[in-house]
Amino acid sequence: MSQDRDDDLLLKKNQVAGNGLLDRRLFLKKGLQFSAISTLVSTATLASATAETKKEFDPANPTWMKQPGKAFSPYGLPSEFEDDVLRYPSPNEVVTGNGVSWTPLHKMEGTITPNGLHYERHHNGVPQIDPKQHRLLIHGLVKNDLIFSIDDLLRYPMQSKTCFIECGGNSNAGWNSQPHQAEAGYFNGMVSCCEWTGVPLSVLLNEVGLRKNAKWIIAEGADAFAMQMSIPIEKAMDDAFLALYQNGERIRPENGYPLRLIVPGWEGVLNVKWLRRLKVTNRPVMARNETSKYTELQPSGKSRMFTFPMEAKSLITSPSAHMLLKEKGLYQITGLAWSGRGKISKVDVSADGGKTWAEAELQQPVLDRSLTRFRLPWQWNGKQSVIMSRATDETGYVQPDRNKLIKERGKHGFFHYNAITRWQIDTDGFVSHIYENDETTKNNSDISIDSGWD
Amino acid sequence: MKMMKRQKIILTSVLIAVGINSLYAGPNQDSPHLGHTISPEEIKKWDISVFPDGEGLPDGKGNVVEGEKLYQEKCIACHGENGLGASSDQLAGAQMGLSSEYPEQTIGSYWPYATTIFDVVRRSMPMTAPGSLTNNETYALTAYLLYLNNIISKDDVMNASTLAKVKMPNEDGFINVYEEEKSKK
Ligand code: HEC
Repeated sequence: MSQDRDDDLLLKKNQVAGNGLLDRRLFLKKGLQFSAISTLVSTATLASATAETKKEFDPANPTWMKQPGKAFSPYGLPSEFEDDVLRYPSPNEVVTGNGVSWTPLHKMEGTITPNGLHYERHHNGVPQIDPKQHRLLIHGLVKNDLIFSIDDLLRYPMQSKTCFIECGGNSNAGWNSQPHQAEAGYFNGMVSCCEWTGVPLSVLLNEVGLRKNAKWIIAEGADAFAMQMSIPIEKAMDDAFLALYQNGERIRPENGYPLRLIVPGWEGVLNVKWLRRLKVTNRPVMARNETSKYTELQPSGKSRMFTFPMEAKSLITSPSAHMLLKEKGLYQITGLAWSGRGKISKVDVSADGGKTWAEAELQQPVLDRSLTRFRLPWQWNGKQSVIMSRATDETGYVQPDRNKLIKERGKHGFFHYNAITRWQIDTDGFVSHIYENDETTKNNSDISIDSGWD
Repeated sequence: MKMMKRQKIILTSVLIAVGINSLYAGPNQDSPHLGHTISPEEIKKWDISVFPDGEGLPDGKGNVVEGEKLYQEKCIACHGENGLGASSDQLAGAQMGLSSEYPEQTIGSYWPYATTIFDVVRRSMPMTAPGSLTNNETYALTAYLLYLNNIISKDDVMNASTLAKVKMPNEDGFINVYEEEKSKK
């Protein structure tokens, strides 16, 4: 009873938008009781674990304080209790090296993606490249064709940039007519954010000497698909760079070891992994992945091509699909926002299906073309609620509603889905994915849905 | 004692490194200039990019009949009979138009340039043995895929000059969003 009165008081004093959204400064106040959210799986494990160990286990005197701990390890791994924080691979049934694996965004906090959880998109497997044998060739419309070894490149002055990489096909289950029911990261997690370190591409292009008619570069990888993509020379000279390091260590094989082209803010496929060749040209090559795929068919029958920057997008990662709010009370709504055109300027959150909005707290510093963490306290009253987030970037671009996006682009564009995602919390606390104007289409996890990834 | 010795070694190697660096510095002092020259003949072995106007197409030729035979042998398992699709992409046989309710995007209905077929098949296919096809085989498979899509006739031969001349039905079906945005700026 008195808990209810406290809740009312908290609400009266701090509500900033409908259905219990509270002042973002509330996080700074001490002594607030936040309630727990769990994924369905871990709730079950937790419950059985406590039942079993309750008898003899005393947290005041934990067993791990009564014996020496484990020895040092040359390369650290996550705790064995975190063994469900995993990428979710979704390969082609025959060509097992073709497909994707999703970053578990719903199980992560902060803004940096650990190297082992960075999403993957490969066309024909992860090449096992010996860095001593690998070369980068730069040729074409240049004054001197040059070839570099990795040891050569390691001697160049380097720079670091933290930025997201997002596959052009991320979240494409959003085009489906039924809302996809999976954990948030397992259909939106083809986006990851690392600190990449390497050599500015402009340094090498200046060394080879661009000819006057140089307009594009064609970047090619040393994988079994020999993936190639065309990139405008302006971008190549502006902020593209050749990364050798990822979050402080050499790039992981599945992310392009030993050399990856980073094209900040632009479609993931342009960030060519296992980079082996840059051909300077006066026009794009019209590769398979810039014609047949990574182009967006519009209702008119025409297709958008060379849609490079990833538009602003956001997503609530907790609470999110498949999680359970065990009781009404005070929760933290948190998620990620990003834009391929610059910094995120604000994220609005709604807890009443978009009727009213409140501005979330952005984790500082907000970095250019990087994942940006937002948070907002929320008092859940136990009633059915729809929560959602909406990003605005520094260009003033506002993340669209799904209806607006579909009205503009149709349903067959496949790539560049960046609409607002709505999570519905039922009275029993279960969270599911819904579409706007459509609160009846959930509970269809049995429907097989094309969450492809080309 | 030991410590001092090690410090001395480090110091000398730093000095040597600095020396080498200034020795190698090219015309631009800020840039290390560590690239190595490479001959045009050597570059030819690397450069497999094929452009819509035919630049990059090698010598050789192939026809539909040869292509069909190769397709049954090396491609049908993943792309299905007549290119209708299986575990991988449908390559031909689109029935529904691009602005219909269920559009079908195949080589014939969607791809803007025929040269892209040659380029991707030579560099990537078959997935189980990429880079294993000869130029003649690649021309033949390209011919067969164009024939399956009703773009060339059964007795057309594909080579560097005929392939570059093939006009695809959807060539004008694309909006270059990058150029469009650039011109607005
Ligand atoms: C073991 C399976 C397999 C075999 C065999 C195979 N392919 Fe493929 N092919 C694929 C896969 C998978 C893709 C899609 C690649 C991707 O999207 O990353 C593909 C893509 C393609 C594409 C591009 C399709 C599009 O719509 O963009 C063409 C063209 C193609 N293959 C031609 C061939 C030819 C010709 C052969 C025979 C020489 C062949 N393939 C053999 C698996 C295969």
